[in-house]
Amino acid sequence: MRLSYPTNIRIVKVPCTGRVAIIHLMKAIEKGADGVFVAGCLEGDCHYQAGNLRAKKRVVHVQEILKSIGIEPERVAMYNLSAGMGPRFAEIAREMTEKIRQLGPTPIKLQGVRKEMAA
Amino acid sequence: MNVTTPSKLEKILKSGQYAVTSECGPPRNGNPEAVAKKAELLKGYVDAINITDNQTAVVRQCSLASCIKLKLLGFEPVLQMVTRDRNRIAIQSDLLGATSFGINNVLCLTGDHQRFGDHPNSANVFDLDSTKLIQAVKLMRDDGKLLGGFEMHEHRPQMFIGAAENPFADPFEIRVLRLAKKVAAGAQFIQTQCIYNMDKFKLWMKQVRDAGLHEKVAIMAGLTPMKNVGMAKYMKNRVPGIDVPEDIIKRLQGVPKEKQAEEGIAILLEQIEELKQEEGIRGFHIMAIEWEEKVPEIVQKAGLYPRPAVD
Amino acid sequence: MIMAKPKPIEEIIRYIENLDKVLIAGCNGCVAVCEAGGLKEVEVLASALRMYFLQKGKKVEVDEVSLTRQCDKEYLEEIKDRIGNYSGVVSLACGAGVQFMAEMYDEKPIFPGVNTSFIGVTEDQGKWSERCQACGECVLAETGGICPIARCSKRMLNGPCGGSEKGKCELSVVFNKDVPCGWHLIYERLKKLGQLERFAQPAAEKDWTVSRDGGPREIIREDVRP
Repeated sequence: MRLSYPTNIRIVKVPCTGRVAIIHLMKAIEKGADGVFVAGCLEGDCHYQAGNLRAKKRVVHVQEILKSIGIEPERVAMYNLSAGMGPRFAEIAREMTEKIRQLGPTPIKLQGVRKEMAA
Repeated sequence: MNVTTPSKLEKILKSGQYAVTSECGPPRNGNPEAVAKKAELLKGYVDAINITDNQTAVVRQCSLASCIKLKLLGFEPVLQMVTRDRNRIAIQSDLLGATSFGINNVLCLTGDHQRFGDHPNSANVFDLDSTKLIQAVKLMRDDGKLLGGFEMHEHRPQMFIGAAENPFADPFEIRVLRLAKKVAAGAQFIQTQCIYNMDKFKLWMKQVRDAGLHEKVAIMAGLTPMKNVGMAKYMKNRVPGIDVPEDIIKRLQGVPKEKQAEEGIAILLEQIEELKQEEGIRGFHIMAIEWEEKVPEIVQKAGLYPRPAVD
Repeated sequence: MIMAKPKPIEEIIRYIENLDKVLIAGCNGCVAVCEAGGLKEVEVLASALRMYFLQKGKKVEVDEVSLTRQCDKEYLEEIKDRIGNYSGVVSLACGAGVQFMAEMYDEKPIFPGVNTSFIGVTEDQGKWSERCQACGECVLAETGGICPIARCSKRMLNGPCGGSEKGKCELSVVFNKDVPCGWHLIYERLKKLGQLERFAQPAAEKDWTVSRDGGPREIIREDVRP
């Protein structure tokens, strides 16, 4: 559809968001991502029955872990949309980027890496 | 039933007249007069007074201390004993202590779980349960033996043994089996959980009679007057094992607030009259906790005053 | 299986925050089954701890390992060459495993990472419940296969008590959710098995000397000793 969305998003494709494990979300933040969002199918429409529901629970669990170690839980989020909803994807990408921008760069100070403010 | 102990309660029950008992809760501090004051309100209107044992797992003066106090003042106490807080060593020890003061009645209970009370973090004991406690008391009284085998040759406990039964708990089908078990273990009198559902109670009494248990054990009907509709609702919803039918609630709701206490007592008096028709009911256990002053009125209006004299 | 719950991460941080190099050691036995201390949980905990310390600007190295079991010396020995590198270990094994590791490596602080809770079963994914209290004298033959010590809140042998209502234990009111009455379950089971006469007899005496009350226990089997 050639819609534009922010360039700071790195996409990791999975066959179903049910494939996303807690450790994947943790590692993303641990390795320096300012935020992670999981984009799954609309609830009730999961091609694999309930993968997106499991993903939702895992996102909640990661949010709780982040809160317990003093990191803003909003850095991880779950969104639902169908594969055909291009404009919605762009909208989500912009929304998440804006949210993260407001939170500021990740508090994880990686050794020897200068964090630039996202453009 | 042969008289086995000097218990006044046992004598009255044996004589075939209705027995009347009530109960007092000790204070939550070291007050030496509190229980005596409550007992004074009941003097002459009841045959024996139960002293509760850390009821609902809330710490109060121990039942034994209050029973001793009452005995020394000339009352007939019933020592309530739960197995939640004491192991068999402490239980037998307390029974011997009670014996040394001439206390002749014990009500053997398992006890509400400690999580209901004000010390939910405590460990619980439950070394024995109520049935085992009944067996232990009987063993001490009739064989002079402690559970561990030691034999007392003199000054054995002379306890009239009671137990509780709840006709309203589930499974209903085994409530009579449980009663039979307690009777076989040595229970001589029963005080039931407070009754509101008369139909269910009568059904239970019928089963008790069919099993012949009414001739082996003296059943005293437990009754508690409702003070107001709030109390009725609380007991219905928040106290396990109590069955309050909707029509009792409706009846209390149907009268203005200041008349509800009077209505509650009226309901209880009607219950007493109905229960007098039930074969196997040998007495009434009126539990008016923190409302002891109403007991004389109830006993009089129920036609149970004056109390019989026994030597 | 022994069931455990992960400890709050704040507690684990308190144990290790002044150490510079820590090993998180999981166990692939019971705690892996109840998703509290297996390799998956080791990885997540290690990641969370690293993030915490990175955020604080503290230099704490957090490494990961998971052993087959921590209640057998042959598996604990697998880390003997590397444990010297660490200033402390957080063991996600059950209490027995944590202690055994501490016995073997008695000069290293070994911290527990889970709260060991009970002996139980997997009722459903994500739901584990207690079945056994290790009382040392199993009475399951008398009660239709349902344990009155573990499943009755008052461990009655002549239950149920007067608080059993509609098959639920009186603690359901306190917990604000349904707790089955162990004796109600026993009654239904004995009815199904046609063994209701067991209800009429008082239960045999319980000897607590073989349970926790009798002191720390051990089992020695001469027939299998070397």
